[in-house]
Amino acid sequence: MEELKEQVFRMPRIGETAPAFEAVTTHGVLKLDDFKGSWLILFSHPADFTPVCTTEFMAFAEIYPELRKRGVELLGLSVDSVSSHIAWVRNCQERTGVKIPFPIIADLNKEVASAYGMIHPGQSKTETVRCVFIIDPNQKIRTILYYPLTTGRNMDEILRIIDALQTTDKHGVATPANWRPGEKVVVPPPNTQEMAEERLQQGYECTDWYLCKKKL
Amino acid sequence: MACVSPDGKPTESGTKMLRALKSGLGSPEEIASHAGLPLFRVRSGLRDLTLAGLAVERLDRYEITDRGTALV
Repeated sequence: MEELKEQVFRMPRIGETAPAFEAVTTHGVLKLDDFKGSWLILFSHPADFTPVCTTEFMAFAEIYPELRKRGVELLGLSVDSVSSHIAWVRNCQERTGVKIPFPIIADLNKEVASAYGMIHPGQSKTETVRCVFIIDPNQKIRTILYYPLTTGRNMDEILRIIDALQTTDKHGVATPANWRPGEKVVVPPPNTQEMAEERLQQGYECTDWYLCKKKL
Repeated sequence: MACVSPDGKPTESGTKMLRALKSGLGSPEEIASHAGLPLFRVRSGLRDLTLAGLAVERLDRYEITDRGTALV
């Protein structure tokens, strides 16, 4: 009988502390701790010098100023070497004029990729899929997105999630489907019958006692 | 090291950090604000400068060393 050699890694989940790491990047050796106090988007791509990844890096570079305004840092990752990352970043700038302003982890030994569950063998046994981990200033994982190798990520949605999470933290509210900054937010549902009755008198726009919205 | 070249000289960002240290700033937050660098870069860079003997850490603050002073 063939020996089963598959190694099982536990994947991090929303609400958990992000797995610590120390990694070689295009901006030197960085630790997760270095980002404490800032929001962080840790994202993986399959490989340098590939077409979809190149379009994504252009797009991440484009939203970087908007992310910085929101106190968010970006950190890329693939299992390529730091020399490959440097060559790719330089090539992107030479060919498109776009400078990649954020660091990229060279995860040759797949240590960080494994800790974050970025390798999905059903897609590729050697490359990371397109993961996005949104980590808050207390280093808790707040959002996880996975995209297949063939689908480039949507930067509008990533910015929208950041806006929604920061609005939730600041105002103690939730955000409805397709919410955009400036639109009404969802008031957390009441926990008791008394609160449910009071809720309807509080001047919110209520569809019913459990679904009330308000302007911020 | 990101802030110190293989020849022992500080890079542009390393020089900015050493200048901030020389002016008396000591916390990573102060240095990041003064040098116009992201905080994560400063935290990582201060580790590099310390390893290279160009800065020392004392009670969560950093100071420039004589070797560091000689380079900026």
